[in-house]
Amino acid sequence: MNTDTHATAAGQHHHDNQSHGTLSTYMLGFVLSVVLTAIPFWLVMSGALPSKQITALVIMAFAVVQIVVHMIYFLHMNTTSENGWSMMALIFTIVMVVIALSGSLWVMNHLNANMMPIHEMSGMK
Amino acid sequence: MTIAVKPTQTGEPLFYLADEHPHPEGYSTSLGFWIYLMSDCLIFAILFATFGVLGASYAAGPAPKDLFDLSLVAVNTSMLLLSSITYGFAMLTMQQNRIGQTQMWLAITGLFGAAFIGIELTEFAHMIHEGATPQRSAFLSAFFTLVGTHGLHVTCGLIWLVTLMVQVWKFGLIEANRRRLMCLSMFWHFLDVVWIGVFTFVYLLGVLR
Repeated sequence: MNTDTHATAAGQHHHDNQSHGTLSTYMLGFVLSVVLTAIPFWLVMSGALPSKQITALVIMAFAVVQIVVHMIYFLHMNTTSENGWSMMALIFTIVMVVIALSGSLWVMNHLNANMMPIHEMSGMK
Repeated sequence: MTIAVKPTQTGEPLFYLADEHPHPEGYSTSLGFWIYLMSDCLIFAILFATFGVLGASYAAGPAPKDLFDLSLVAVNTSMLLLSSITYGFAMLTMQQNRIGQTQMWLAITGLFGAAFIGIELTEFAHMIHEGATPQRSAFLSAFFTLVGTHGLHVTCGLIWLVTLMVQVWKFGLIEANRRRLMCLSMFWHFLDVVWIGVFTFVYLLGVLR
C-alpha cells in the first residue's frame, strides 16, 4: 500500500480514520455544483423571475445548498471525522459567522437610517 | 509516578491516563488545518460583512451593473469548479499510488487556478482602467478587499501546489507528502466554497440590485 517504509501501522490507522471520496461521489458533487451554479447565473442574466426580491432569495438559497454540497462531496464533512471535532469547529464557526454578518448588517443599517441628516435627505439616494 | 500508573489490585479506578501514548507524526494535522480554515472563514465573514454594509455606497460612482460582466464571472466560476474536480482526481489517483497521474491532475488543477487568477486580474485591470479604483467609492474599496483577498488565497494555493509537485517529484508519494496534499485539498475546496459566496453576494446580487 505504501512505498514509505517508515509509515507505521499507527500512521495507516489514522489515515483510514480520514474519510475520502470516491470517483462517484466526486462526480456527483461536481455535477450538482455545476447545476447549482448555472441556475442562479441563468436566473439573473435572463431575468426569468418577475420580481428581483424573489430572484435574490432564490439565488441565496441555491448558494446555501451549493455550500452544503461542497462541504459533503469535496471537503468530506461528516459527524464522525476526528471524533466529531471538525463538525464542532464548523458549527462554532457558523455561529460566529452568523453573529458577525447579521450583527454588522443590522447595526449599520440602523446607524445609517438614524444618522441621515434631515436637511440633506433629498440629496441622498 | 511509576507506582501510580501500576494497575490497582483492589480495582480502584485511575482518574488519569496511566501513560501518554505516543502519537504518530501528523496525527492531528488534519484537525489543526481544519481549525485554521475555520479561522480563515472568520476573516472572510468580516470582509463579507463589510461588503454587505458598504455594498450600496457608490459615492455617485459606478455601480455593479456598470462594472460587472456576468458572462466573464461565469467563465471564472467554471474555472474554479473545474479545478476543484481535477484536484479531486489528483487525490483519487494519489490513493491508488499512481504518481504520474497524480502529478498530471495537479498540473491541470494549477492551470485552471492560473486561468482563474488571470481572468480576475484582467477584470481588475479593466475596472481600474475605467476609473473604478478602490479609492473611488466605499463599494469599490469593499469589493477589491473581499475579491482581492480571495484571489490572494488562490495565488498562495497555486504557489503551494507547485511546491508540492516538486516535493512529490523529488520524494514520491511518501506519508508526509500525502498529508500535505490532503491539507491543500481542503484549502482548495474551501476557497471554492468562499467563491460561491462571492459570486452570489457580490456579482449576482450586485447586478440584481
